[in-house]
Amino acid sequence: MSARRGGEAATLDQLLAAKEIVVTCGSGGVGKTTTAAALGTMAAVHLGGKVLVLTVDPARRLASAMGLERFGNVEVQVSPETFAAAGLEPRGELWAAMLDTKQSWDDLIRRHAPDAKTRDAILANPLYQNVTGKFVQSHDYIAMERLYELHTSGVYDLIIVDTPPTRNALDFLQAPERMAEFFSSRLLRWLLAPYRSRFVNAASRPFYQVADRILGSAFLQDIAEFFILFQSMYDGFVQRARAVERVLEERRTTFVVVSTLEASPAHEADFFIRALAERRLHLGALVLNKVLPAYLLDPDATRSATRLSADASAVAATVPAAVGEEAMVARVLKEVGDSFLHFQVAAKREATQRAELGSAPEVVASVPYFDTDIFDLAGLARVGEQLWR
Amino acid sequence: MPGAALLDRRLLFVTGKGGVGKTTIAAALAVLGAQQGKRVLVCEVDAKGDLAEVLETAPTSFAEREVQPGVFAMTMDTEESLREYLRLQVRIPLLARIGPLARTFDFLANAAPGVKEIVTVGKFAWEVKQRHYDLVVVDAPATGHIVGQLNAPRAINDLVQVGLIREQTGWMLDILQDPAATGVVIVAAPEEMPVVETLELIERLEDTHVDLAAVIVNRVLPELFGRAEEEVFERLRDVEEAGGLDGALGSGIGPVLEAARLAVTLRRTRAGHLTHLREGVPDGTNVVYVPELFNRTHGLRATRQVADALAAELL
Ligand SMILES: Nc1ncnc2c1ncn2[C@@H]1O[C@H](COP(=O)(O)OP(=O)(O)OP(=O)(O)O)[C@@H](O)[C@H]1O
Ligand SMILES: [Mg+2]
Repeated sequence: MSARRGGEAATLDQLLAAKEIVVTCGSGGVGKTTTAAALGTMAAVHLGGKVLVLTVDPARRLASAMGLERFGNVEVQVSPETFAAAGLEPRGELWAAMLDTKQSWDDLIRRHAPDAKTRDAILANPLYQNVTGKFVQSHDYIAMERLYELHTSGVYDLIIVDTPPTRNALDFLQAPERMAEFFSSRLLRWLLAPYRSRFVNAASRPFYQVADRILGSAFLQDIAEFFILFQSMYDGFVQRARAVERVLEERRTTFVVVSTLEASPAHEADFFIRALAERRLHLGALVLNKVLPAYLLDPDATRSATRLSADASAVAATVPAAVGEEAMVARVLKEVGDSFLHFQVAAKREATQRAELGSAPEVVASVPYFDTDIFDLAGLARVGEQLWR
Repeated sequence: MPGAALLDRRLLFVTGKGGVGKTTIAAALAVLGAQQGKRVLVCEVDAKGDLAEVLETAPTSFAEREVQPGVFAMTMDTEESLREYLRLQVRIPLLARIGPLARTFDFLANAAPGVKEIVTVGKFAWEVKQRHYDLVVVDAPATGHIVGQLNAPRAINDLVQVGLIREQTGWMLDILQDPAATGVVIVAAPEEMPVVETLELIERLEDTHVDLAAVIVNRVLPELFGRAEEEVFERLRDVEEAGGLDGALGSGIGPVLEAARLAVTLRRTRAGHLTHLREGVPDGTNVVYVPELFNRTHGLRATRQVADALAAELL
């Protein structure tokens, strides 16, 4: 394997060969999940070993593309028959799992609860569902937590994880940190104080007055009880969150930013690339998805299209009569010319956007706008081929 | 009780999968409403600043500002909203002395389920209740979060026995669950995941008891040819391959025909997703189509074009 500049990968296959965890990120709808699955397929075919794709998106077509009836928290293997049907001979194994947030939280509680009584009390608490669903980006945290667990199990040579759609790309990077922070926060101590001792100090009294009037003390007490239970797991949680954080920082982990060349996702990608740099996390590649073909910017083609759009009848007169009635040929030619110019506007916008994605990493891969959907492993491999080169 | 026509409602939540055009459609609905002589408030919930961009105006804030005749724009800020709520409704005395409300709020919002949501939804319901506007359009969060937001008043009702927030949930629910007043608008693109998410959301909306006002399919590609024309097109491609068109058009014609083929197949793939959507939505659902616009820039001009497209379908 030829590596450039002190081991930096020059292509995605080199990158994947050198890493154990690949995290794909980017804004919603840009094709993160597809990219993750396509990379997983290529790795299983060309690199060998046990490859796991962990997704958070319940994309059914993707599951069926991998020949899986359904997949959930437990990993399942993509069968050799599915590969054979796609004309692929994998050197390794491809596994897939989909993140089930509730299930993962329950597992986490089971693992960290100090005793059976606390465990059952938490799982049965009416606030539990609600709270785990909402506070401190629990979804993001649980994705990273599950990644950590699978990684440390040592079963897989390569794990490719696709991240949940977040409002802010940083949310999931910060999730472990926030989780730890939350459990050590002064506010939590404030809240729990009156339930631990009768003494509420002067500093926290105004807080209680407001909280009490807004929520009612009974509810406040419910919450407090819940967190008192939760606090028994404090040490376990904080340690774990720190460990998850460390795994993301390791050299064996890399991030692949996925984006389309539309304004808002590209903006998000740019922001993300800078955020990774600030945190000294490894940016492995930028994948540009659904890119319009380059021929849309071709000057000769533009001349032809402009001519068709302006004067289709003159051109129609030169077309062999066998093609069709002249008026209809003219109509078709005009549509063809107009359509080219329309798509060209979109392609130009993309080119500008591409130029603006300044802080791009060394590895940039583009995947063309496929005009059909991906419905089987061969389709994923087709995307993969574009990435691999 | 059947729901009122889209623009006759008082409160519209515009949601959909990320990137499908929620902000664009919300702004266009607001512009259209104002063209109808209504006084409209449009609010961005996720504070990304996209709303200001599609309305071509300076960044918006919690305090609404008239950005177009009849169109008032604002950004949701839950902390500000809580502050306003406490001031207007609770009349908590000496608020200034409570100290860092932000910290209190942060805690409440993170620990107590539904507080952030109710403070958000409550603001919109309040504007409707006070009749400050004829129409309030919310550029709401993506499909994953909207149900939590709409459910917040009920969740609070169930979880909290007493307290000020609980007392406020009744009138909010009255407004939210009235199909003559409130509706959800789901924006979808004719692509796989947006369609899947739309159908799933319609199902989950049922337990919120908030009415589905419309599904707006955005970015529908125009049909280039009818069947006869397509045959002509195929024959043209054959002629081109044999070099028969170079004389009139030069070598550039190859990519031009290729681009048309791409447009045709793209449209066909998307038509498949559209069919899936149409078959999946409940009978009687108001499905509205907005074409793909090929614009150089996105701004007020594009927003007005989308508003025109909506007008053609809605009015
Ligand atoms: N009908 C249309 N034709 C062409 N482009 C469109 C159309 N509608 C929206 N767009 C473009 O699609 C992109 C996404 O639109 P918009 O920002 O409104 O989506 P959104 O759903 O609000 O996204 P987010 O989930 O990120 O908030 C923008 O660049 C917008 O200009
Ligand atoms: Mg938006």
